[in-house]
Amino acid sequence: MTNDEIKERIKAFICQFIQNVDIPDDEDLFASGLVNSLFAMQLVLHIEKEFQLKVANDDLDYENFKSINAITDFIGQKDLNSETK
Amino acid sequence: MSSEEERKIKCVVWDLDDTLWDGVLMEHDPCLLKSGVVDTIKELDDRGILQSIASKNEESSATEKLKSYGLSDYFLYPMINFDSKSSSIKKITTLLNIGTDAIAFIDDQPFERDEVSFSLPEVLCIDSDYIHELLEMPEMNPRFITDDSSKRRHLYLTDIKRNRVEESFTGTKEEFLASLHMNFTILPATELDLQRAEELTVRTNQLNTTGYTYSYDELKGFCQSEKHKLLVSSLEDKYGTYGTIGLSLIELNGNIWTIKLLLMSCRVMSRGVGNIMISYIRNEARDKGVRLMAEFVENDRNRMMYMTYKFAHFKEYKKEEELVILENDLTKSLPFPNYAKVEFT
Repeated sequence: MTNDEIKERIKAFICQFIQNVDIPDDEDLFASGLVNSLFAMQLVLHIEKEFQLKVANDDLDYENFKSINAITDFIGQKDLNSETK
Repeated sequence: MSSEEERKIKCVVWDLDDTLWDGVLMEHDPCLLKSGVVDTIKELDDRGILQSIASKNEESSATEKLKSYGLSDYFLYPMINFDSKSSSIKKITTLLNIGTDAIAFIDDQPFERDEVSFSLPEVLCIDSDYIHELLEMPEMNPRFITDDSSKRRHLYLTDIKRNRVEESFTGTKEEFLASLHMNFTILPATELDLQRAEELTVRTNQLNTTGYTYSYDELKGFCQSEKHKLLVSSLEDKYGTYGTIGLSLIELNGNIWTIKLLLMSCRVMSRGVGNIMISYIRNEARDKGVRLMAEFVENDRNRMMYMTYKFAHFKEYKKEEELVILENDLTKSLPFPNYAKVEFT
């Protein structure tokens, strides 16, 4: 899966939650007050399901989920790890 | 105390034919209610135990019958269909957001009880011959009956109404939450809150960071102690109150504050208010110039709370077997959500 594909899927999910559809890819979703803790949890569960991966306790880091770019990198990284296994 | 003795039932699921009433509705009406069953239903309701139905019947006629007896409002999410009773019970637990081990199922048919026991061994199955002993069972006797417990069914009925509105709402989740006009209040616990506080520690497994339970007297001690803060939170919106839905115990030890317990009622899980209490505590800790730690003990259901901590800028500090200690990075900001009004003193 390319990064652009991942990004599109993530954006499609986020749009169900917030009105502002033009969020910059590097904007901190949480600091801006755009989204909340409930969103964070649903995002993690969604990523696990949609991308068929397991988010371990150690992965549950703000830095991995704070922006569209961060999420995309995180998923790309996970993907890579599972491929090299 | 063994876990069996501690077990408390949160929802009683009734069969109808030959259990709630005598006879089989589809074969010969009128079916008369079993003697004493109305009193039992009302008493369970007063104790804050929810009730539902798993009956193999024709839905409209059974609903009509319950209405004619003035009982239909007592049952949340009644499952009147021809599915297996275990699948009906599973649906009820999902809709009420409670565990199967908090369910009691009453049926006159050994086959139905066995089917439920087989698929859902945690469910307490009761032969309908013993209905008259139901109220005496320790599982049906909560330690306290609080204001919130006797209103519990109504709180759920209001929730059902809200959820219907939410299902037909066409905007985003955020717009829906804003449309509720929520008001979140945080207050130091007083003696009046302690029964409900104890009830919350016993009842809440999912949205609970450590699972520590405290007795009434211990909680009372924390209220008076200068080394502790015991906070309760409540929520209301335009449809009414959710009651006291959150509790937090903080141990104040010099320049270190430790959140020993943070919990929230499952009923507010989808309201996006999980961070408000943490935000508030972070602000207080920052004002006082102390470090903010939190304890976390994982169980098989509280992963949500771990996520809540992690997304509220807590990081693992150290691990002592089951116990994880986290420390907050207070330099990061965590604003209150803009769809809820937050009040505190």
